[in-house]
Amino acid sequence: MTAAPQPVSGLQWLLGALSLPQRWRSGVGPIIAAIVLVVIVLTAIFAPLIAPHDPLTMNSVQRLKGPSDIYPLGTDAYGRDLFSRTIYGGRVSLLIGIGAAFTSVIIGLLIGLVSGFFRLADAIIMRIMDSMMAIPSILLAIALVSLNGPSLWSVLAAITIPEVPRVVRLVRSVVLSAREEPYVEAAITLGTSMPKILLRHLMPNTLAPLTVQGTYICASAILTEALLSFLGAGVSTEIPTWGNIMAEGRVYFQIKPSLIFWPGLMLSLCILSINLLGDAARDVLDPRFKKREA
Amino acid sequence: MLGYIIRRILAVIPVIVSVAVFVFLLLRLTPGDPAAIIAGDMATPEQLERIRRSLGLTEPLHVQFITWVGLLLQGDLGTSLISNTPVTRMIGQRIWPTINIALLTITLSVLIAVPLGVLAAWRHRTWSDYAVMTFSVLGFSIPVFVIGYIFIQIFSIELRWLPVQGYSPPSQGFGRFLSRAILPCLTLATIYVALIARMTRASMLEVLGEDFIRTARAKGVKERVVLFRHALRNAAVPIMTIIGTGFALLIGGVVVTESVFNIPGLGRLTVDAILARDYPVIQAMILLTSAMYVLINLIIDISYTFFDPRIRY
Repeated sequence: MTAAPQPVSGLQWLLGALSLPQRWRSGVGPIIAAIVLVVIVLTAIFAPLIAPHDPLTMNSVQRLKGPSDIYPLGTDAYGRDLFSRTIYGGRVSLLIGIGAAFTSVIIGLLIGLVSGFFRLADAIIMRIMDSMMAIPSILLAIALVSLNGPSLWSVLAAITIPEVPRVVRLVRSVVLSAREEPYVEAAITLGTSMPKILLRHLMPNTLAPLTVQGTYICASAILTEALLSFLGAGVSTEIPTWGNIMAEGRVYFQIKPSLIFWPGLMLSLCILSINLLGDAARDVLDPRFKKREA
Repeated sequence: MLGYIIRRILAVIPVIVSVAVFVFLLLRLTPGDPAAIIAGDMATPEQLERIRRSLGLTEPLHVQFITWVGLLLQGDLGTSLISNTPVTRMIGQRIWPTINIALLTITLSVLIAVPLGVLAAWRHRTWSDYAVMTFSVLGFSIPVFVIGYIFIQIFSIELRWLPVQGYSPPSQGFGRFLSRAILPCLTLATIYVALIARMTRASMLEVLGEDFIRTARAKGVKERVVLFRHALRNAAVPIMTIIGTGFALLIGGVVVTESVFNIPGLGRLTVDAILARDYPVIQAMILLTSAMYVLINLIIDISYTFFDPRIRY
């Protein structure tokens, strides 16, 4: 339904301009999100060139200082430069986000293809996936990290594993409907080998939904990494990550809130732009959703 | 109807059993000696031996499993490696703050999110729709502890309206409870509201396009009645589903929020267990929260027949 035209105040205009569904179609939202994300990724890659200080160098004279010419955002409780740490912090977050998205999509794709095509395997695989889905993912991740130690790899695995069942479900549902299509039946009749049917005929159907899902997994993995670090179950505290900087800043929150504010802002901007790109990808790739919105 | 409920309850059993098997194997199939991992690098051989014994790791795998399940069925979730108290007792001491906070959060979220979602769908493509959707995307993107600290900064430190941290049970006065619980609940509610409002909007948009809505409007039914009686009831099933699946998010949020606001609940218990590597407690929390998650989704599944009498299984 269409509503009567509303009088538009400045705030209303701002809210409308910031957001979202209509703007996405005209392409402004995703472009801004893409620019923000590219800037974040580039600063992370070129962190050694941009950061004015070493993120690990402590300076006991300069503890918890405010912003100055030498330290643009001030220093933390060990006298380390907050600006440099925040820039370096993006490296681990992005690495884990991208790593978790790719790994869980690839593992989930393989399991999902098998599960969707072979009925016997399906029953067993889906039982296991159901039980994994019943465990709240953050607790599963906490348990995995506490069993495997706080290395980068174990955190990556702990974030990836709970995402796998969601990918499996998605791939399986696509395969279940695609395998009834005449071209798959034709391929079976012609004696095409099973791996070829799976990879050549069924897998392409999953690529569009997996792109969207992968984007969301990337955003949620970055968020989970920060949560784990914040709770003390993340990457070792010697490595600056957005979550670790905030976890250390907790104690000094009332004296120096910027220790949580800046990494929190970078983290939120990063996740926000990935989510916006995911929504845009979904609008483009999923015709069903577009029709519903229109 | 009764048959459906019974079948649905029976279907939960294999899920719970496989969760239990999964949790059991998690510790045992981890590469390396689990006792050494839990004890850390500085452990003495005596400490390792004590951990092995208290987790029952000295027996063969199938014997371990039978003993473990047997104890589990008697309500024995093991003993803390740190305080040596039964985990069930520790949970019993900590569960009430969490339940109170969770109940208040769910109530708040539904009361805020459903009207917002209805508004967004009703005023589709106006600024109120965009405002709700903007809020929803932000709610997904800002980590829960950042929201918590922003709230503390605004309401407790700048405005001095509310205490910074702490908890007081409702039995010591509801106002006291509310003044301490409202910020954690709003913090937790943000992501939940984002989720429910988004789903309410999508579901309402679909229903509002149906013929019976046009008929209702054409025969002069009040818009409020059209929205809340005709449309919302028909849009309720996906909304209930998302409330159930969102419960997992709520659990994750509770763990974080309780440590931000210093609330002595299950979330704090979990965080303390992480820091002390108290694996029996972590394991018990996984079992407990998974069981709660499954149970809540079971109740929601059964409630479908109440919201939509056409659903007959």
